[in-house]
Amino acid sequence: MELQQVANEIRKSIIRMLEKSKSGHPGGSLSAVEIMTALYFKEMNIDPSNPKWEERDRFVLSKGHGTPVLYGTLAERGFFPKKELDSFRKIDSMLQGHPDMKYTPGVDMTTGSLGQGLAAANGMALAGKLDNKEYRVYAMIGDGESQEGIIWEALMLSAHYKLDNLTVFLDYNGLQIDGKVKDVMNIEPIDEKYRSFGWHIIKIDGHSFEEISKAIEEAKKTKGKPTMIIANTVKGKGISYMENQAGWHGKAPSPEEAKIALEELEVGKND
Amino acid sequence: MTKMIATRNAYGDTLKELGEINKDIVVLDADLSGSTKTSVFAKAFPERFINVGIAEQNLMGTAAGLAAAGKIPFASSFAMFATGRAFEIIRNSICYPKLNVKIAATHAGLTVGEDGATHQALEDISIMRSLPNIIVLSPADAVETRQCIMKAVEHNGPVYIRLGRAKVPVIFDHDYEFEIGKGVELRAGTDIAIIGTGVMVERAILASEKLAEEGIAARVINMASIKPIDKDIIIKAAKETKGIITVEEHSIIGGLGSAVAEVVSESHPAKVLRIGTMDTFGESGDGFQLLEKYGLSVDNIVKKAKEIL
Repeated sequence: MELQQVANEIRKSIIRMLEKSKSGHPGGSLSAVEIMTALYFKEMNIDPSNPKWEERDRFVLSKGHGTPVLYGTLAERGFFPKKELDSFRKIDSMLQGHPDMKYTPGVDMTTGSLGQGLAAANGMALAGKLDNKEYRVYAMIGDGESQEGIIWEALMLSAHYKLDNLTVFLDYNGLQIDGKVKDVMNIEPIDEKYRSFGWHIIKIDGHSFEEISKAIEEAKKTKGKPTMIIANTVKGKGISYMENQAGWHGKAPSPEEAKIALEELEVGKND
Repeated sequence: MTKMIATRNAYGDTLKELGEINKDIVVLDADLSGSTKTSVFAKAFPERFINVGIAEQNLMGTAAGLAAAGKIPFASSFAMFATGRAFEIIRNSICYPKLNVKIAATHAGLTVGEDGATHQALEDISIMRSLPNIIVLSPADAVETRQCIMKAVEHNGPVYIRLGRAKVPVIFDHDYEFEIGKGVELRAGTDIAIIGTGVMVERAILASEKLAEEGIAARVINMASIKPIDKDIIIKAAKETKGIITVEEHSIIGGLGSAVAEVVSESHPAKVLRIGTMDTFGESGDGFQLLEKYGLSVDNIVKKAKEIL
């Protein structure tokens, strides 16, 4: 399957999952689909049949409410059967509301409380360096999440310890629950902030597979400092009525809304 | 004369000792390595020492990631900041995923002394004890500290170890062996039972000696394992004596006293009097003078014992 087709399947999974669970976060999941697809279907060295493989590349979803895109991607990649997605957020499910390394094959770190995942990713990258391992650590943070203090503590640490085996994506969709990030608590100029913290910065269109892959290659070649890929994205990407709407941060579509969304995705597939 | 060693010193020395044997041990500190004594490990194994700067949240978050990648991280700071500032990271990134992080926090309690109330953790046992998946240890002296650190490494999962700043007398012999979940009877007696933890264990012993002079036989129990707690030794004390006194350098709310009262009230109701800080903050001053001022004294233990009888 082409990456675009995979991404389309993951978007469908996200919509179906949320419709069934009647709860969850579509906006910030749909904005991250291309990045997740590129990571899990092209870039990361992983083995779905051996999720705890020691040499694997790691991924930490620091913006943990993006479970729909994480689970959709892991299921599509074969870490667990897609039918499991129907149980998302329900009692006795292996698919908890936020990522859980104890419950779900392929989840490398338990996250959900914002900001903590980046610190954990640092720990993994440090361990990789200590053990002279080749594996790389990837993480994704949100723009709203960047308002958390621990993010900046962690950013300092990654640069201080020269964690060039760490690549972080900022899913820069510009919206958080209460509205536009720039209105709630402006994080700009974010690129200058990262740079001044000692990071290598790459800015991309977070929905372009070509740009995502190019950025990851550049990150791999960047020595002595961690790389932040600032990915400009559209919250709710791919579903017309969800795009750029803060209201779709944490709301599940009704069956009617889901039907419209799935129809749009069918059309999108033929583009 | 009794040897005086701060439990934080025993911690630093034990870390170095274990660091030689176990290469998976890594140590993190938040700019207090000279005080927490992780500097001893840092000097011996600089490549396995990570200073995160003055950032306790990041201290715990980074430790979680190291544990997720197979390391055995020891994360150290003062008890106040380790458990207070970083509480939610300990909860969500360490205890919930049951990651193999050891939190060894020093400068607990009033014996921090001159730095005053902002630095005197009197709530840390209570906070840590409320979290699932974590073991809470509060050793009484240098020998027991070494044992606690060793048992913490053997245990796969989060452990909180409460340590102090001040030099305290060595109570245990070198062949003493600590076991997680077990209390130790230090003095026999059937009139009352004094259950102590940390620096207060020595005072419990001194109180029992004073009581003996008056013909009162006080059993003294050392309770270093606060979670899991030794229910059997508590219930036995409740059955065999006229009442229990708990003594801790910690608030009477949520700490050892509460843990003992929980066991007693559910299994064998008996009188339990709690000695600790009485729902108050500390202040600056000599650590041991503060213990006297806040009722953590031998005399107060004796007084409470007589109240029971």
